[in-house]
Amino acid sequence: MNSVHDQLKAVRKKNGSISYAKWGYIFLIPFFLVYVVFSFVPLISVFYNSFFENYMSGLKQVGPNFVGFENYDTLFENNLGKYFYNTLLIWVLGFIPQITISLLLASWFTNLRLRLRATGLFKTIIYLPNLIMASAFALLFFVLFSDAGPMNDVLMHLGIIDQPYRFLSEVAGTRGLVIAMNFLLWFGNTTILLMAGIMGIDNSLIEAAEIDGAKSFQMFRLITMPLLKPILIYVMITSMIGGLQLFDVPQILTNGSGNPDRTSTTLIMLLNNHLYSKNYGLGGALSVILLIVSAVLSLLVYDSMTREQRMEKREKKRLKEGAENE
Amino acid sequence: MKVKKMLALFLALIMLVSMAACGSSGEPAAPENGGDAQGKVLNIYCWNEEFQSRFTDYFEKLGLVPEGVKVNFIITPSQDNAYQNALDEALLKQDSASADDKIDLFLIEADYALKYVNTDYTLDVVNDIGLTDADLADQYQYTRDIVTDSNGKQKGTTWQATPGLFAYRRSIAKDVLGTDDPVQVQEALADWDKFDKVAEQAAAKGYKMLSGYDDSFRTFNNNMAAPWVDSNNKIVIDPNVMRWVDQTKLYTDKGYNNKTTLWAPEWAADQGPAGKVFGFFYSTWGINFTLLGNSLATPESEGGKAEVGNGIFGDYAVCQGPENYYWGGTWICGAKGTDNIDLVRSIMYTLTCDPATMKKITEDTQDYTNNITAMNEIANSDFKSDFLGGQNHIALFAEAAPKIDMSKISPYDQTMTEQLRLAFKDYFDGKVTKEQALENFYRAVIEKHPELTK
Repeated sequence: MNSVHDQLKAVRKKNGSISYAKWGYIFLIPFFLVYVVFSFVPLISVFYNSFFENYMSGLKQVGPNFVGFENYDTLFENNLGKYFYNTLLIWVLGFIPQITISLLLASWFTNLRLRLRATGLFKTIIYLPNLIMASAFALLFFVLFSDAGPMNDVLMHLGIIDQPYRFLSEVAGTRGLVIAMNFLLWFGNTTILLMAGIMGIDNSLIEAAEIDGAKSFQMFRLITMPLLKPILIYVMITSMIGGLQLFDVPQILTNGSGNPDRTSTTLIMLLNNHLYSKNYGLGGALSVILLIVSAVLSLLVYDSMTREQRMEKREKKRLKEGAENE
Repeated sequence: MKVKKMLALFLALIMLVSMAACGSSGEPAAPENGGDAQGKVLNIYCWNEEFQSRFTDYFEKLGLVPEGVKVNFIITPSQDNAYQNALDEALLKQDSASADDKIDLFLIEADYALKYVNTDYTLDVVNDIGLTDADLADQYQYTRDIVTDSNGKQKGTTWQATPGLFAYRRSIAKDVLGTDDPVQVQEALADWDKFDKVAEQAAAKGYKMLSGYDDSFRTFNNNMAAPWVDSNNKIVIDPNVMRWVDQTKLYTDKGYNNKTTLWAPEWAADQGPAGKVFGFFYSTWGINFTLLGNSLATPESEGGKAEVGNGIFGDYAVCQGPENYYWGGTWICGAKGTDNIDLVRSIMYTLTCDPATMKKITEDTQDYTNNITAMNEIANSDFKSDFLGGQNHIALFAEAAPKIDMSKISPYDQTMTEQLRLAFKDYFDGKVTKEQALENFYRAVIEKHPELTK
């Protein structure tokens, strides 16, 4: 026994002296190079640019002149809050049904007891909308839901309405279409992610619960949900960042106007308007604000969803320390 | 564990940062043009193939392009401002570009003409390019005003004139006014008050006077008392534009229009056999191509013939309407730094000044061309349009074109007209108040042009 122990010790010592870690760093260099050149430097220059007046007036360049925080002032004076509200509202109203349906589908598809047939086919079908270009999808909806379009024809034919509903002239109609499109585009993707998460859960836990007589909803609530939390956090944060950067769907659907009354103008559509005159100052300021907002919101989500875990851990540590002290 | 969490957070941040940084994407790269010999390459920037076909048919085929010169058409569609972006980028590089890569000729539209005309990038057609005043004398004055810079120099020419008329349905006019005779209908529509009265009469009989919100816009917008922007870069809302707002709101509330927007399928359908709309404001090309196409029950692409009996072919007629206006047109400009000045002059002369070519273009393509003498000749002939029930509409065009006054344009007209119609659509739809619509208009314009003020 002793000699084996000594041998192990010797091996460990030997291995310790040879560091393979440097290869790790070497292999990481390409990523960091690409990141610094294409992400980090542009990011810093966005901050820098946001302090300058710098745009094209026709073919004439204006600036760059240093103006301090004036660009930020201009943005806040011009109803930035409204566009922020539009963007967030569209995201939230799209995300709630999306996560609900995705969770439901994911738990059905992964439930062995249901013995669903052709799940592969359904998984493919629900993912399909994501393969269409968002702008093409928006154009399709624009035609389908136009004042004299097929949707109004169908609704009138069925006797649900007796006058065409002018979807794109109504706030609810326009926002509703954007939300519906985002939902259709992304729920398949979310379902696949959640399925991967659920399949990672140890099946013996479910089996044990079953033997103990747990109902399926109890199992979902008490086993699947808590263990799915890391994936849920990931889904939520990526979806939120995507939602804050919503652009192509409302841009194409409303022809860039964000109407009625600019209620479907998102933050990135506003950025796009400023880029018409290559306004790098205001555009930069808007990007900086967007970055800060995304970061803060992501931290909030992360924090609130991991709070329980951290509390538990702290509790455990306290108990352990207490036991040691005794 | 803590390290892992920090790492996760760091990765999330990186992801976030790289996503947020994607917002400002790059511009399209300027096309590169081959060619090596000096002055042997002619680069033409444009947004569709219309000019190319005119150039091929009436210039190149006549052997007017000198031996060994290569003509490059660099076409960028105008959607989402892509054409102007590409042109701007190329013009800003004009000084440093090699001779064969420089732009020699580029095309512009009236709504943003001054953006280019008021810079040194465009050449004076008389002093720089070498056309004579006599060459230009037969062009309609408004087509010259649109490309005249702040120093009074003409910096472009066009082969088209696009005076607008009011095209009405003969059958509806008979029902509403008791006559379809263009002279008597014109009498009834001679000013806006009369026009409004006919709208009321038409509504009583179950017709709509206009199809949508934008139909009469150009007619008001072309008759403003002052440019959209004054010398202090302040946006000026002309009373005539507000008259359009009030009229359109009235028509919408009283049901005199069908709430359509320009170029929408509903708008096009209103011009067809099922339409119940009294008439449409249309200019030269709009009547001969768009309106004619929309009036057919069986489109020509499906084997229908443009003749009486197919839809409402023959049921339209034209009159001058309440005010003179124009709609559309393409201007040619010579670019500073071109090494093909003789060729540029020759193209401009042949395609926009030469009466023989102009007349031939009109006869071949029905395009109304920019030559007073040639057009008057056709106006006074026995020219007849079957589509308009045998009316000689060229005579009306020829009468209207000299009366158009476009001295009040500004470099911002494109943004102004687009954004005004968008902003006030909400007002007509009853979604916002007039003040709010105006506020949205200012906001949208200033976003695009930060140098302007309310």
